[in-house]
Amino acid sequence: MNASACKDLLLRMADDELIIAHRHSEWTGLGPLLEEDIAFSSIAQDKLGHAQALYAIMHEHFGEPEPDTQAFMRNESAMKCCHFVELPNGEYDFSLMRHFLADAAEFVRWTALTQSTFEPLAKLALKIRGELKYHLYHAQTWVKQLGAQGSEESHARMQSALREAWPYALGMFEPSDADQALITDGVFVGELEIYQQWLSFVTPTLTEATLEIPTGVDPVYGGRKGYHTEHLQPLLTEMTEVYRIDPSAEW
Amino acid sequence: MARMISLDPRVTRMNIDADSAPELEPKPELDQFQTFEVFHQAKSGAHHVHVGIVHAPNADMAILMAKEQFARRGQTVNLWVVNTRDIVAMATADADVFSTTPEKTYRDVGAYMVRNKVEAFKKQQQEGQNQ
Repeated sequence: MNASACKDLLLRMADDELIIAHRHSEWTGLGPLLEEDIAFSSIAQDKLGHAQALYAIMHEHFGEPEPDTQAFMRNESAMKCCHFVELPNGEYDFSLMRHFLADAAEFVRWTALTQSTFEPLAKLALKIRGELKYHLYHAQTWVKQLGAQGSEESHARMQSALREAWPYALGMFEPSDADQALITDGVFVGELEIYQQWLSFVTPTLTEATLEIPTGVDPVYGGRKGYHTEHLQPLLTEMTEVYRIDPSAEW
Repeated sequence: MARMISLDPRVTRMNIDADSAPELEPKPELDQFQTFEVFHQAKSGAHHVHVGIVHAPNADMAILMAKEQFARRGQTVNLWVVNTRDIVAMATADADVFSTTPEKTYRDVGAYMVRNKVEAFKKQQQEGQNQ
């Protein structure tokens, strides 16, 4: 198995989980309904758990630093998350739409990974299946509710959120140089395959939500190569503020 | 402009003018979702137990809310939600139909001195088989 290709995959997945976890957690205390406030917070905890599990695999199998060091001590250019997860939460419509598009991608990705030849990843994929199913159910229910069963305003907001999110959502599937080796080794089916599965997965839900899928849009790439939006560094600064005061502290 | 400073960095980031914070407008009355009663099942085969209420626009959303509100910790295998309007309740004024029930101790299980008889019967059966 090609170790550097495998590390590449683990790191970009883990960084996506870490950053979206932080964004979701920003709804804590500010959600539009008490239950939604809690929902985003618990989903954030789950995502953080996924990130931690992935960093732990990198630590255990490839001798990379401890999960806390990976999460809190890297600067912007060492991060491999896509731009989609970095964007500020905006209003609830955008947060929900991103939650749906990103969780659909995760669901497809992790489902494929249950068949991975890299056993620790396949095991993790099976373990977190129920969580991902719930995240998706949460997002799907809301998108359909606000798209098709809400008001004219909620439909318009969801449509504009979809338009805004789409180029960044496509950026989740930025091709990686590691993909060919991963496919050859049977570790991962590759970004192109995941993108195609994702598209056929989100289309029926968006159609049911009476939302129009944007066409002819260029994907926003760069995150996987360490180029990020202006929003990532302030997020990292805030997220790592406490840890950096004393990295050796026991929690 | 005096910027509103809060312990919550998210609020500070919003650059709110502290001097001219807008007046909060009270929401119109009855601007709430309907309610759903939530029933929680902890183990397969166990009863669903009423645990509380959630606000939601429909049953699908109520399930989502109930999951967060009542199934965040511990064991859960299933949830039910029932629209509060679909619950048929007795009139509270009719509570007097139960007023003398606590006196009817002859209906309590403890009032039956049956255990001795059951055990004697079992013993008799046992002896019958052994012979």
